[in-house]
Amino acid sequence: MITAIGAALCVALPVLVVLGFMLFSTSESWSHLVETVLWRYILHSVLLSVTVAIGVMMIGVPAAWLISFYAFPGRRLLSWLLLLPMAYPAYILAYTYTGLLDYSGPVLTWMRNIDAPTWVMWPLLEIRSIPGAAVMLSLVLYPYVYLLARAAFLEQAANVMEAGYSLGQTRSQVFLRVVIPMARPAIVAGTLLAVMETLADYGTVEFFGVQTFTTGIVRTFYGLRDTAGAAQLASILLGFVALLVILERLSRRKIQYYSDQNRRLSRLAVTLTGWRAIFAMVLCAAPMMLGFALPTAVLGYWTLFYAEGGALWSLTLNSFVLAGIASLVVVGVALVIAYANRLYPAPWLSNVTTVIGLGYALPGVVVAIGVLIPFGALDQWLSRGLMAFGVEPRLWISGSIGLLIFAYTVRFLAVANGNLVSGLSRIRPSLDHSGRLLGRTQSQVLRQIHVPLMRGSVLTAILICFVDVLKELPATLILRPFDFNTLAVRVYDLAGDERLIDAAPASLMIIAVGLLPVILLNRSVHAANHD
Amino acid sequence: MMRFKLVTVALAGLLSQAVIASEVNVYSARQESLIKPLLDQFTSETGVVVNLIAGNGNELLKRMQTEGIASPADVFITVDAGNLHAAKEAGVYQPIQSALLEQRIPTKLRDLDGAWVGLTQRARPIFYAKDRVDPATLSTYEALADEAWKGRVCIRSSGNIYNQSLVASMIEHTGAEATRQWATAFVKNFARKPAGGDTDQLRAVAAGQCDVAISNTYYYGRLADSAKPEDRKVYDALGVFWPNQADRGVHINVSGAVLAKHAKNIAEALQLMEFMASDQAQAHYARINHEYPVVPGAPISDTIAAFGPFKADDLNLTALGVNNRRAVQLMDQAGWQ
Repeated sequence: MITAIGAALCVALPVLVVLGFMLFSTSESWSHLVETVLWRYILHSVLLSVTVAIGVMMIGVPAAWLISFYAFPGRRLLSWLLLLPMAYPAYILAYTYTGLLDYSGPVLTWMRNIDAPTWVMWPLLEIRSIPGAAVMLSLVLYPYVYLLARAAFLEQAANVMEAGYSLGQTRSQVFLRVVIPMARPAIVAGTLLAVMETLADYGTVEFFGVQTFTTGIVRTFYGLRDTAGAAQLASILLGFVALLVILERLSRRKIQYYSDQNRRLSRLAVTLTGWRAIFAMVLCAAPMMLGFALPTAVLGYWTLFYAEGGALWSLTLNSFVLAGIASLVVVGVALVIAYANRLYPAPWLSNVTTVIGLGYALPGVVVAIGVLIPFGALDQWLSRGLMAFGVEPRLWISGSIGLLIFAYTVRFLAVANGNLVSGLSRIRPSLDHSGRLLGRTQSQVLRQIHVPLMRGSVLTAILICFVDVLKELPATLILRPFDFNTLAVRVYDLAGDERLIDAAPASLMIIAVGLLPVILLNRSVHAANHD
Repeated sequence: MMRFKLVTVALAGLLSQAVIASEVNVYSARQESLIKPLLDQFTSETGVVVNLIAGNGNELLKRMQTEGIASPADVFITVDAGNLHAAKEAGVYQPIQSALLEQRIPTKLRDLDGAWVGLTQRARPIFYAKDRVDPATLSTYEALADEAWKGRVCIRSSGNIYNQSLVASMIEHTGAEATRQWATAFVKNFARKPAGGDTDQLRAVAAGQCDVAISNTYYYGRLADSAKPEDRKVYDALGVFWPNQADRGVHINVSGAVLAKHAKNIAEALQLMEFMASDQAQAHYARINHEYPVVPGAPISDTIAAFGPFKADDLNLTALGVNNRRAVQLMDQAGWQ
């Protein structure tokens, strides 16, 4: 319990730093911001979020539905191919499609040569725009919805659906009236993750020249050198996210979702044939093709024919080890908090949990700054104190891998927490109670009931954190120690210098490293479901 | 508490003894791929080990600020006088005292108070499509706001420091009000919403989306040396026009270095800066990244020599930093995205 509070407060630190700056210092350029750009930031961020939310649901839910309830050729393969875009950082997808679809890129040059009608070329030309950014983000973020929706579908009780059929409902009526409402927490959670990622995105919107809150914060902080103004913008962003989280909670209110897990759905799967099977295949293959296969082919082509790259092995090792350690730490902390919430369900504790969850929607840049300011001050204070003892001033805490991992924890705790909470919510409290009634201690209940049931959720959480850390850029850039580079840093290094093609090998490596856990995850989710 | 302190002190003593070789810590906003070969050469010549963090300049600067007295940074390397001036304003510098640097590097490429020195130079001219634009119709940056260029100009966003510095230089030369009027008219001539980097603007001109673009010279130089035939085609389709030759000269800028306020290895830091101003290092930059040397008479690459000679703006670059904030606000007001 104490650990949970400690962890929660630590993680809330950067959020508090941001709020503190907003409350206790005045912005010199706030009126300028309000007059010129604030409404544009708000409008663009809202438009982008809404479009991505619609996009990820339109892709993720139908795919999960087809994979879960129908049999068609390639279903097994597609069930995990659909996860592959998860390995893509949105910014790499954006770089790749820009190279492909820019006015001077190969596709449009070819279209002009064959005199393609302008209404075909026009939308492709506008890739650097809000719709373009929304497509890029949706293509890499839909797996969150797909993954969570599929898990929810798989765990739904067959008997509830059978009850629907026996009451004369058709398949689609059962889908709309039973399956979707029961999977709603999972779908909403997945969509919320996608929206939070969208609000925190910097690489894509910056590259596309879309002015959102994130680019606005960075511009105010660095361009106008106005910390208070940037903090005020960040606070508005936080407010947006808080509103979303509260709305999601209100919409669920007191409803609890539990189900029997003793009956499996596979017996209900309907076999599709003919054009229906082809339609299902195309629907499931398209997002994977656009979000993975095509850009990977382009990156591969660039790597083979043009890119000049150095050795990537040490970078790969750094990325892998860093992401591995960080994901274990993040999930460990999330477990403590999730269980504290379950065992001691005080409302204030769940509010604290909500606050730390906001860290996920804080752009990496803001998290890094929120971490750097207090720990930098602490280092200065330590150095001053120790100078009296003749110790040369140096960094004690910041500039270390530890602080970097701390920043990742702040940034990604909500991801891990969301997974664990939804996993826990599917373990009925009556199971715990039965265990206790049968004379088991709390820890025996955990070991004998929760560990086997939670395995899938924990693995999912570790995996998602691993891939997120691997792709994370701004915080890594700001906080890393001397001579410590990762793949993402290399990609940024080259892309920032307008050498997109030279960045291709490192991009491919990020995706390759990110793929391993995606495959592992799929296996473990399968195993957990077939125990 | 006392015991804790003693233990920490003992530990610190051990740690500091572990450092034997002389070293210098560098925070660099210049890409690692660009600067690492030079730093390695410095190490092999002097035996001074260089520890490097290469990243975003603004972020490294903020990092130095928050680390304060505890900061390990000795040298901060960044691009653009606007960014160098930001380091000065942030108070993370100490004056660079080197007779050699003062002798080799012209005064206008150094800060007036010695807060930074320029190490490489670049120009920001106008590039035009050879097949559609008669260079005789081009004259100045100011003239690109004329009605004749409506829908024909490509330039990146106002968030970019190169554009901020260009506008800052115009504020210095023509005054804030004239620059505001110019920017408002100039923005109306954009062929498209600003997006992408300088290279993207050059590609867009070659592809016919616009007729002229403003870009730094080394991006154009890179296209010339690219292995991709498409890049060569872009290079061939464009011409360089040096604007404002009849008055103040083309806008130039530098990449440069700051000596950190809390530097612990000052001698090594100065040694590194002097090395970077050597003919050999200046030639490296010219060769690898097509930049102009800051040291008069140092060799330039054949690629940039082909762009021809030009008259450069003589403004002391300190002014770009001083005017940066006003430039950003002015571009916001002009609706320059």
